[in-house]
Amino acid sequence: MTGATPSGPTVVGYVDRVYAHPGDEVTLRVSVLDPARRYRAQLARLICGETGPKGPGLKEEAVAIDALTGEHRGEEQPTGIGSCAVVDGLPALGSIALSVHVWPTLPGCGVQALLSLGAVRLVLDEAGAVALVVGDETVASGRKLRARWWYRVDASYDIATGAVTLGVKPAAGFHDEQPVAVTGRVRAGIEAEGPLLMAAAPAAAGARDHFYGKLEAPVLRSGTLEARWDFSRHIETTLIEDLSPAALHGRTINAPKRAVTGAAWDGTVHCWTQNPSHYGAIHFHGDDLSDAHWKESLRFRLPASLRSGFYAVKLQASGPAFYVGFIVSPAPGAKRARLAVQASTVTYLAYANYRRRMTPGPFELAMGALPTVDMTDVMLAAHKEFGSSTYDVHRDGFGVAHATARRPLFNFRPTGRFWNFNMDLCLIDWLDRQGIEYDVISDHELQEKGVALLQPYGCVMSGSHPEYNTLEMLRATEAYLAGGGRFMYMGGNGFYWRVTFPPAHPGMIELRRAEDGTRAWEEMPGQYHHATGELGGLWRRIGRPPNALVGIGFIAQGFDASTYYRRTAASRDQRAAFLFKGIEDEILGDFGAWGDGAAGLEIDCYDQRLGSPPHALVVASSENHSNAFLLVNEEMLSNTHGVDGTLNPRVKADIVFFETAGGGAVLSTGAISFVASLAHDGYDNNISRLTRNAVDRFLDPAPFKPPGA
Amino acid sequence: MSVGSIDPKRTDLAAEYRARPFGRHSPELQALLNVMRRAENCQDLILVSIEPGKWVLGQRLPDGQPPRLFTDEVFTRLEDGEWAAFKRRWRALSGQELKLP
Repeated sequence: MTGATPSGPTVVGYVDRVYAHPGDEVTLRVSVLDPARRYRAQLARLICGETGPKGPGLKEEAVAIDALTGEHRGEEQPTGIGSCAVVDGLPALGSIALSVHVWPTLPGCGVQALLSLGAVRLVLDEAGAVALVVGDETVASGRKLRARWWYRVDASYDIATGAVTLGVKPAAGFHDEQPVAVTGRVRAGIEAEGPLLMAAAPAAAGARDHFYGKLEAPVLRSGTLEARWDFSRHIETTLIEDLSPAALHGRTINAPKRAVTGAAWDGTVHCWTQNPSHYGAIHFHGDDLSDAHWKESLRFRLPASLRSGFYAVKLQASGPAFYVGFIVSPAPGAKRARLAVQASTVTYLAYANYRRRMTPGPFELAMGALPTVDMTDVMLAAHKEFGSSTYDVHRDGFGVAHATARRPLFNFRPTGRFWNFNMDLCLIDWLDRQGIEYDVISDHELQEKGVALLQPYGCVMSGSHPEYNTLEMLRATEAYLAGGGRFMYMGGNGFYWRVTFPPAHPGMIELRRAEDGTRAWEEMPGQYHHATGELGGLWRRIGRPPNALVGIGFIAQGFDASTYYRRTAASRDQRAAFLFKGIEDEILGDFGAWGDGAAGLEIDCYDQRLGSPPHALVVASSENHSNAFLLVNEEMLSNTHGVDGTLNPRVKADIVFFETAGGGAVLSTGAISFVASLAHDGYDNNISRLTRNAVDRFLDPAPFKPPGA
Repeated sequence: MSVGSIDPKRTDLAAEYRARPFGRHSPELQALLNVMRRAENCQDLILVSIEPGKWVLGQRLPDGQPPRLFTDEVFTRLEDGEWAAFKRRWRALSGQELKLP
């Protein structure tokens, strides 16, 4: 190869919101890694993303904003990753005694602090044994803790004599591990001092020596003080309550996982709200992140006349641009278009900072093709401090259940993987070319405003993969449809997982991959309920299958090639005549910018067992899927042969239309790659025509009538 | 990874793959791919876009490290990158260079 060594972006950033309105002030936080510490910034309206050679390719429009556009001086900003809890306001301490339940997950992987009081720290040492560090001296128990086992740890330090005691008592079990009791002597007169840090040690800036695992019921005794923190209280918050009269309450930092099973959990309860005493633990990770807390770099106001759409602040130093994507939706009270595109911002966030494609393993056995990344992804891999996605696992192997928008987001961009944000721009490009007036709204705004956000619109179009939804979002969409709204589900594997917005962590979502489904990891038993108390997992398992909302649900996925749809006899039904106006073809979508077909990636099918309306018309179904397309595991009670696209007739995407009782209607397209076919052949093709027909009729206020109504 | 895991005489399967790396494969080709793509055989390969429309093979590394890039060969089509990965694995598993007409 000739030329320069490939490079990723050397400047990254994030804004303070996932969506904004024209006229809003937006705060941008930037970290410049380029040694020159200078970068250029530009607001851009995003019209089309990188589609590969078979699509229109990147299209964007610059938007000039004085306070933003141009070159700026910047700095590299530190990111304090790793969760802990902190208690301020401690009184002067003399001799101390510490006690805590410990469930380590990475013992022996570096020093990990359990409870820190300045120079006096209860830790797991390099070998994974409990130790008390006093100044520069250490007394260790000498026995490595077992991973994923509960221990009660007690320690004391006599400031007058330097005497140290350590006790490590394993939880009862069918093994021969005995308690350990150790005494020692270190220098006297070393003062333990606040703040008290739990699961980390103090550092010059922030914290270090983060602990991986669960802590429960820490106690600090000193003189007449006996502080006892009960993590089973205020689980849904950042507060850790001290039950003692001293009321030395603390707070968690970087959203460690609460609502997790504790030492008392015995399997008799599975929801923390039923018996919080079984949920008195917090699971800490050295790679948790809820807020990067960067300093503000630039603040700018969006023009009041800015049109609604997908936007990004485009940052550039040396290397490729880093896009800080966000949605601009109409200001409250502003005139609305008749059509809304609902950007799947919650799903974008669930996928943000996805590292798993870059980890070793037999990726292609599940996907059917090599994983693909670009230099922006490679740059992410070199910066663990930007946190991971809900498709990744923490360093201790436990799933990442939180995703925050308060950090650089490596997938809110029109480049890189043809997926989510980038893929959804196919809709924007198509609407622009069709000359259809539209607004862009977002999941986040729907969460905040409910059905009132949707009601002004004659029709709402989803993105290509609205996989993650809250109960509030589903209820809003249901209410919109019940009121006569029209909904076009323009993708695949939508409405699949429950997520929640933990009130204590603005900008963050929580996900518990419970029990079933196509999962990147599995939640631990007893921990299926979110910190909000809601049962996590597939909406199908919770009782709101996507089929009941949009007529279809997830059935298979494959990532090598797409295929086409074939019209069904039902497509000749007069009820569907409007969809096929001007379409003579039997085969639909045997082309496209992703995989040469409209039916690909993740696909959905009609299934009355799961609530698909009986009167719905399946107007086209895909066929000829590849070996890579495998039936989803929630469709199988036990493993079986014959589940791939060459053998299993259920591996198909269905295009489904049905009317609702309120005079509305739903069209569901059944595949993520559907929208990547819209631009084929100069935007003149049967996928484009069918979509246009649907939009035109769905925007017509004349009510739909279900058959027999 | 062990030499001899695949039959070097089945170049017909390699030809089928080269002609259509994405999409439906014959059962025999799929069986060959399943061997190549197992954890111990896949070489943790990855395709990395070094700029729009240009790809190189890389190797995924443990502990969250960025992939190692093999920049000696640049592909302008994903299909070519997949074929290069196939040839690497063929050589490792059969002990022979893959030569097709």
